[in-house]
Amino acid sequence: MDVLYFAWVRERIGLPRETVETDAGTVAGLVDELRAREDRYAAAFADISALRVAVDQELSDFDASLDGVREVAFFPPMTGG
Amino acid sequence: MRIVVSEAAFDVGAEAAAFAAGRTDTGAIVTFTGVVRDTGADALEAMEIEHYPGMTETALSDIAERATARWSLGDVLVIHRYGRLVPGEMIMMVATAARHRRDAFEAAEYLMDYLKSRAPFWKREITAEGAGWVAARDEDEKALDRW
Repeated sequence: MDVLYFAWVRERIGLPRETVETDAGTVAGLVDELRAREDRYAAAFADISALRVAVDQELSDFDASLDGVREVAFFPPMTGG
Repeated sequence: MRIVVSEAAFDVGAEAAAFAAGRTDTGAIVTFTGVVRDTGADALEAMEIEHYPGMTETALSDIAERATARWSLGDVLVIHRYGRLVPGEMIMMVATAARHRRDAFEAAEYLMDYLKSRAPFWKREITAEGAGWVAARDEDEKALDRW
């Protein structure tokens, strides 16, 4: 699936998006896999209460299933307007 | 309903006039314009706005549709820019048209409250001292409770 990063999450990881092969069943499982990869991922996902997630471009939560999902995005709370 | 997500500047007067044109059943039009403001101790050189292409348009449309379902509105306009803006530039605009002013005012506030913390935009401030992401404010999240 495609995994996208925005704002300081993108800066910490150093990538705007990547394709990830995962067996994780939920967003939280995917986060655990990413955290285990490298320090920059661990830094970006150190505190998931500071993060928001969108699953297939809809705001979701970390318990959400990844079944059939094509795109997951991680970002800080939004600051529009 | 018109949703615009663009890097380009827009003309508030022209947008407001176009939004108002030809309406005969509208008693109230409310417009709100967001402007890049320099308030910090360090002079703001620019504001960089990042967004999530694809999701942004959908999120704004959803917010506008929910406002339309909740209030009696003739029309809704939402314009939001991204990219690099300098103080004094217009970031965004919402407009609502309704038969009565209360619907138009409340719907415009609702749009703004949701847009602040549910539309995927992130602001980064550039000052002489460096750059930093604007943190979401608790008050903005709490503002949603009243709806």
